[in-house]
Amino acid sequence: MSVPDRSGTGDVRTGALPVLLPFVRPQARAARLRPVHLWLLAGLALVSLPAWAQGGAAAPSPLAVVIKWAPLLLTGFAFNVAISLMAMAIGTGAGIGLGLAMLAEGRVLPRLAWCVTQVFRNVPWLVLLFFVMFLVPFQITVFGVRVPLPDWVKATFGFSLPVMANVAEIVRGAVRSVPNTQWEAAESLAFTRRQTMWRIILPQCAKRMLPPWMNVYALIAMATVQASIVGVTEMLTLTAQVHAAEGGRSELFAPLYGFALLCFFLYCYPIDRFTAALERRFETR
Amino acid sequence: MIATIQAWFQQLYETTGFNFTIFYDPYDWDRYVAGLRMTLFLGISTILMSLVIGAVGALLQSGPSRVLRALVNGFVVVFRNTPPLVQIFFFYFGLGTLLPDIRAADGLRVPILDNVQWAIIALSLFAGAFNVEIFRSGIEAVPRTTIEAAEALGYTRFKAYRHVVLPLALRVCLPALNNNLINLLKTTTLAYAIAVPETLYAVKQIWSESQNVLEMMLVLLATYAVLVGVLVWIMHRWERALRIPGYGR
Amino acid sequence: MTRATPAATPSSTWTPDQPIVRLADVHKSFGTFEVLKGISLAVRKGEVVCIIGPSGSGKSTLIRCVNALVPVSAGSIQVEGIEVTDPRLDKLALRRKVGMVFQQYNLFPHKTALQNVMMAPIHVLGQERREVEARARALLAKVRLAGKEDAYPGELSGGQQQRVAIARSLAMRPDVMLFDEVTAALDPETVKEVLVTIRELAEEGMTCMLVTHEMNFARDVADHIYFTDRGVIVEHGPPATFFASAQDERTRRFLSQVL
Repeated sequence: MSVPDRSGTGDVRTGALPVLLPFVRPQARAARLRPVHLWLLAGLALVSLPAWAQGGAAAPSPLAVVIKWAPLLLTGFAFNVAISLMAMAIGTGAGIGLGLAMLAEGRVLPRLAWCVTQVFRNVPWLVLLFFVMFLVPFQITVFGVRVPLPDWVKATFGFSLPVMANVAEIVRGAVRSVPNTQWEAAESLAFTRRQTMWRIILPQCAKRMLPPWMNVYALIAMATVQASIVGVTEMLTLTAQVHAAEGGRSELFAPLYGFALLCFFLYCYPIDRFTAALERRFETR
Repeated sequence: MIATIQAWFQQLYETTGFNFTIFYDPYDWDRYVAGLRMTLFLGISTILMSLVIGAVGALLQSGPSRVLRALVNGFVVVFRNTPPLVQIFFFYFGLGTLLPDIRAADGLRVPILDNVQWAIIALSLFAGAFNVEIFRSGIEAVPRTTIEAAEALGYTRFKAYRHVVLPLALRVCLPALNNNLINLLKTTTLAYAIAVPETLYAVKQIWSESQNVLEMMLVLLATYAVLVGVLVWIMHRWERALRIPGYGR
Repeated sequence: MTRATPAATPSSTWTPDQPIVRLADVHKSFGTFEVLKGISLAVRKGEVVCIIGPSGSGKSTLIRCVNALVPVSAGSIQVEGIEVTDPRLDKLALRRKVGMVFQQYNLFPHKTALQNVMMAPIHVLGQERREVEARARALLAKVRLAGKEDAYPGELSGGQQQRVAIARSLAMRPDVMLFDEVTAALDPETVKEVLVTIRELAEEGMTCMLVTHEMNFARDVADHIYFTDRGVIVEHGPPATFFASAQDERTRRFLSQVL
């Protein structure tokens, strides 16, 4: 229904109409970085540095400010990356479980798993984040031991919820796409259902799951900045603090946020290209 | 009727402690409805604008000008690979403060574009970048031979586009488009960050004043579940209406 | 048939007793690969011409050049006196005279059979809807598809789709029909129904150019047969002599393989 799917093809594989060519993953061809785009980025940077002359002697130039604070901001960015990696790890584990639950036999478990998946996929990520931040206590007691839960841990957990739901949907879609004859063949060889799933079906669709999984990762990496809204210190929080420390000059906004854009772009764009390349490779086979 | 509902929720609060203020306190209710209205306004206006951006972008991408093609490509690449929240900040704080102020009727200096307008611009550009790609691949999915058939019947390039290519392309890219638009509706929550009084913002205000986080959280989840559900339903209806008998699933 | 076609390209010199389609020394290259190496042929009004030959011999390219779907590299093509190779060619005027049917039918999948037939006369010729609809229904009946007016292409068999495509082309009231291997993508059992339709057209006096692999059909229907191989016309003649006493070694080898 609503995977925030950057490929655009969504979870619904567009079946090729007999008269229509297969729907190619959108960005496969056009959206490739060419030298001209670097000029575009440079232009963007120029736009964001208009106050150079206005600054006068007392105030350092925006570029100087960015360079001065870059180490701190990059530390913040590294924290974003760390949160995204952890959320991805937790969410993937839980998502595989949830996906398999949707495919399980019986009536109750699959329906329940389906409902959980739908809820966590359809609610805005920011709302989920609020949900976790406000309703999970700041510490929990396990076997009499108090385990403190700092905000960033809760945020990580908050991000792993949508990851879980999307991974579950990816697993379900991939397993469904394996032809039924594979199940029949395995059954006729006396494999149990569990053996069939783990030894025959999942290995076949691991390859198919990789591009959408990476897609989810890029999305979660970009979503981590939302943690600043709920008070977790990460790159955007630091950016605002740096801005205040430099006297809150309004002409510093664009270069500082431009720097954040650049960091995420340099991180996510290669992932995007790699995902597209993988998808193209799998398609031709 | 309304009095009954209010009385019931008042009763619920007094007996169980579940404090759904919005259902008996008219002040909170009004704030909630205003937030909902803002979310709807954001959703509808950004959906329409992003569709226009997508269509124009896809047109330019298949156009003859190399410069325009490169510009569109750059736009798509940048907006797809950067966080929408940072885009909103960049636009609102970065560009918004660079624009000159104007003098309002009461003599106060106000920015040319307020936070709501900036949110609409930023979100539309973000979703529009995806729409460009979606539309373009839809057009590319129409086989060359079908266009050839139209040409052989005497269609001009423009007419062939209008009567054959675009209707087919729309059908091909509809699932992806729906996906993106639904995602856009969810992304409107990010406008919260620049104090646009949409649903999340209104609900947060209510719970911080009435101290009913859990209850309002449930209201929030239910609200988005319904909003997204309605949009999904509309999109599916549309998809079904455009379905070509004999093709597809 | 009367037609109010404005003379778009100087065609005043053409009279109906001259060949309706005339190719003179046509060359066509894709990159460095020369597909057509000097093709000359002429089709008179009411004639049925079949072009046969091994695959890759340039037959399809040849027929596509006639209605300017493929621009030629050198040479001259005239249709009713219109010079197709003229850079200022009025393609609309040309395509009103020349209809074309494709191997893959190429129907518009989002329109019903009736709409497929009606679209071009309305959109391209600006004719009145009611008159076009009556004609379209008559044409569908003529290709034995009465009752299938409201079916979408995806709901029709290949043979049915191909007959809709023929009706769609006829709705433009062309003077010449081009058929590009129109039975090649069909099931054996539906080939016949399409061939019957084409034969009826031919018997009514429609000028037809066919690229085909159906040798028996070509022998029955054609007035003249051209055999092409590697971009040149190797041999041509009326079917009786062509099939009975082919002179060239290549022709004989080809015929022995397909007959």
